[in-house]
Formats: sequence, structure tokens, C-alpha cells
Amino acid sequence: MAEISLPKLNMPVAAAASAIAAPTLIEINQLSLYYGASKALKNISLNLGEKVVTAFIGPSGCGKSTLLRCINRMNDLIDSVRIEGSLKVADQNIYANDVDVIELRKRIGMVFQKSNPFPKSIYENIAYGLRLHGMKKKSELDDHIEQSLRGAAIWDEVKDRLHTSALGLSGGQQQRVCIARAIAIKPEIILMDEPASALDPIATARIEELILELKKNFTIVIVTHNMQQAARISDYTAFFYIGELIEFDTTTKIFTNPARKQTEDYVTGRFG
Amino acid sequence: MENHFEQGLEALRQKLLLMASRAETAVNESVQALMQRNHDLALQVRADDDIIDQFEIEIDEMAIQLLTKAPLATNLRLVTVAMKISQNLERIGDEATKIAKRARDLAQEPPVKITLELPHMASLALTMVKDALDSFVQRDSIAARAIIPRDREVDALNKQMHHLLAQYMMENPDTIARCLNWIVATKSLERIADHAKNIAEEVVYLCEAQDIRHSFKN
Repeated sequence: MAEISLPKLNMPVAAAASAIAAPTLIEINQLSLYYGASKALKNISLNLGEKVVTAFIGPSGCGKSTLLRCINRMNDLIDSVRIEGSLKVADQNIYANDVDVIELRKRIGMVFQKSNPFPKSIYENIAYGLRLHGMKKKSELDDHIEQSLRGAAIWDEVKDRLHTSALGLSGGQQQRVCIARAIAIKPEIILMDEPASALDPIATARIEELILELKKNFTIVIVTHNMQQAARISDYTAFFYIGELIEFDTTTKIFTNPARKQTEDYVTGRFG
Repeated sequence: MENHFEQGLEALRQKLLLMASRAETAVNESVQALMQRNHDLALQVRADDDIIDQFEIEIDEMAIQLLTKAPLATNLRLVTVAMKISQNLERIGDEATKIAKRARDLAQEPPVKITLELPHMASLALTMVKDALDSFVQRDSIAARAIIPRDREVDALNKQMHHLLAQYMMENPDTIARCLNWIVATKSLERIADHAKNIAEEVVYLCEAQDIRHSFKN
């Protein structure tokens, strides 16, 4: 990776605030994250809009996945992690002491790079979370499962094999089952960490179309290494480099006329 | 599930067709204003040119947004061709405006007593524009290729009228200013046919990925 100098952002918060036309749902303020002594995220301030798709881009190790995992407190699972600053979702500081993390993760679903269905039937994959949240009645479960699979654009492909193992599906289908599982419990936000990077172009196109459909009902934050994917599906894009937010703006602006040279260099493939 | 990228392409195509319809109307009305000595219609054509210019800007914006999404193969060619066609349509609008300006001036002067094949030339040029756009809509490269040689007929008519008007000016020096207006108007029609030919060449590129520009010279 080429060495580049990074002048400090003058007004990251102001820039973020002015870029967002949608109402703010996620408010990140002066957030820093340490792995032990190493500072992985440096004073990030960023407002993310409701029912829009925001893409996080940047070279490996820039902190984009770490920030994504801050949004549903997935980093809590790592002992050495320490966080400063604040992160609010719908005006609630999710790092406050009284926050129920299980309840929080119900509101904020996550889809990972590698599809990770449970080693159970397709039906049970979706039913699991619903049962955990108190749904017992079979007819009600059936309805919700169909609705979720339809919402993830996979119903027609699996409706005749609901009780077969989810592991028997293709990678792209498994990923959509995982999305169905995430949306089944009706979260407000879906976090996606490179959800299509292991898929072929057809399966990728399906996931991208699905994301554009899902944003009608959900707020989506996606980490991607694929610049064109960010351009195709996101409304806003944030570019990170070595733990800093370099630029945040509308996706059109980031990909046609970025304000900062580092962003330009990254999106044109000159470094990273 | 609907394909959002295809929707974007379709919106671009629709916008281009709306622009094309505006440009065709502008040429039609400018020639009408010229032949019927209709001062008001000439002014209207000039005023409407802003709308065509705005279309060009909007089409470029849409195309650039689509290009950021990395279209490939036919989709890539469609987006780039749309930008070039819109530029040609904008120029057609400009030429219509030039004709309208001459029509406005000529309408305020006594008519020149000379018979010109201008309606025929206008009809040839306009049909070329219309056929080029039809070939775009139909994605018909054979039809597009057939348009290209027709430009020579329009060039020949322009040259012929130029000679006639030059001759007439020498014999009737008091009509020089008016005849010069006619020369500019015929030249504009000749340029409109050139732009129709350019559009046809772009359609061939869209359909066949063959760049045939500049291959019909001489």
C-alpha cells in the first residue's frame, strides 16, 4: 500500500450532517475504538440516514468493518476492545449501561461475508429467531417465514423444500436465507459485511437487487470492497483510511467528484 | 424482482426519445416558419431551444450516474451512445434555432423571387433524423447503415442551392442580405442531415460494436 499523508478533516461532523437528506437514525460522535493499546478507529463522527443504504469503503484494515460492528455492539465479544465517544440509534446511546444488548441486536440485524445458515432446515433457520422472540403458533410462524423468505427474494426457489437442510442451497441462496433470517424479526437496521463478496455475478446481482428492495423498509449499512457495487446500491458512501473517516457524502458525489484526494486515489484504484 | 439498473437505462432511453421529439419539432417548425414567413413561430422555436439544452444536461447527468455503476457490453455502449446522440440532438436544436433566426429576419423583408428546393431538402434532412431515431428505438443497424449514404443527397442539394443563390445575388445585388440568410438556412439543414448521419453511426456502434465513423469519406 502506498504511503500517503492524511491531513486532518476540518469539519467531519458538519460535512456528515450536511450530506444527509434522510432523517438521521444512527448518530456516531467522536467514536474511537482501541484493540488493547492500538487505536483502530479515530474520532469518527458520522450521521447515517433512515431507510437509505450507506456504504462503508476503504482498504483492508481501515476500520470499516470494525465501525459496522460497533453499531450492534458485536465488538463487545472481543475482550481487549475499548470504546470512547458515543453511538446513538434513534437517539438512544447504545453504549449506555442500561442497554439490553440482546434487545439491541434484535433491532439491528447482521449479515456476514460468508453465509452462515444454521445446520438445520430452511424453515427452522427462520423459525429459530421468531421462537426466541416468543412466537409459538405454527400458523403464525408459517406466515412470518413465508413473508421473510419472500422479502429476501428466495421464496420461489425454496418453497417446495422448506424442510430440507439450508446447507444444501447454493452460496447465493444461503446468503438470501440469512437475509430472510435477519429480516424475520423485523429489525430497524441491517448491517451487511461484504454480503456478496463470495458470490458469482448472478448471485451478486440478486443480492444487490434485494438490498435496493429492502431499503424501502430497513436502514442498511454495508461494507464492501467493490466500488461499483457501492455505486450501484448505496445512497451515501463513507470512505475510511487507517481508522479515520476521510470523506462522507452522497454516493454520486464520492464517485464522480470526491472532495479529497485520498478518496479520489482510492476510488480510481491508485492505492489500496 | 425489478432490475434497478435496467430501470435506469430505460429512463435514460425515454429521456433521449423525449429530447429527440423536441428536436424534430424544432426543425419542423423552423422550416415552417421559413417557408410561411411566420415571424411568431420563428420566435417560438428560438425560445424552445432552452428546453432541448436542458435535456442534454439531464441526459449527461443520468448517463454519468449509470457509468459509475460499471455497465458492461451492450449496456456500456448504450450509455455512451446516449450521450453522443443527445449531443447531436442538441446541435440539431441549435441548427433549428439558426434557421428560425433567419426566418425571423426574412419575414420582415420582401420575399426573394427565386424557387428553391428547400422544402425537399428539409424533408430529406428531417426524414434522416426520424429514421436515425427509429433505428435507435428498433436497435436496427441495417436501417441505420442505410441512412448514412443519404447525407450525400442533402450535401448535393445544399451545393446546388448555394450556386443558385450566388448567381441570383450577382444578378440582383439588392437581395444579397436576404440571399445570405437563405444560404445560412440551407447550410443549417445540411448540418442537420450530418447530425442524423452521426446518430445513425452511433446506432451501428450500439448494435454491432463497430465504429464506422469517418469511413464513408469521399
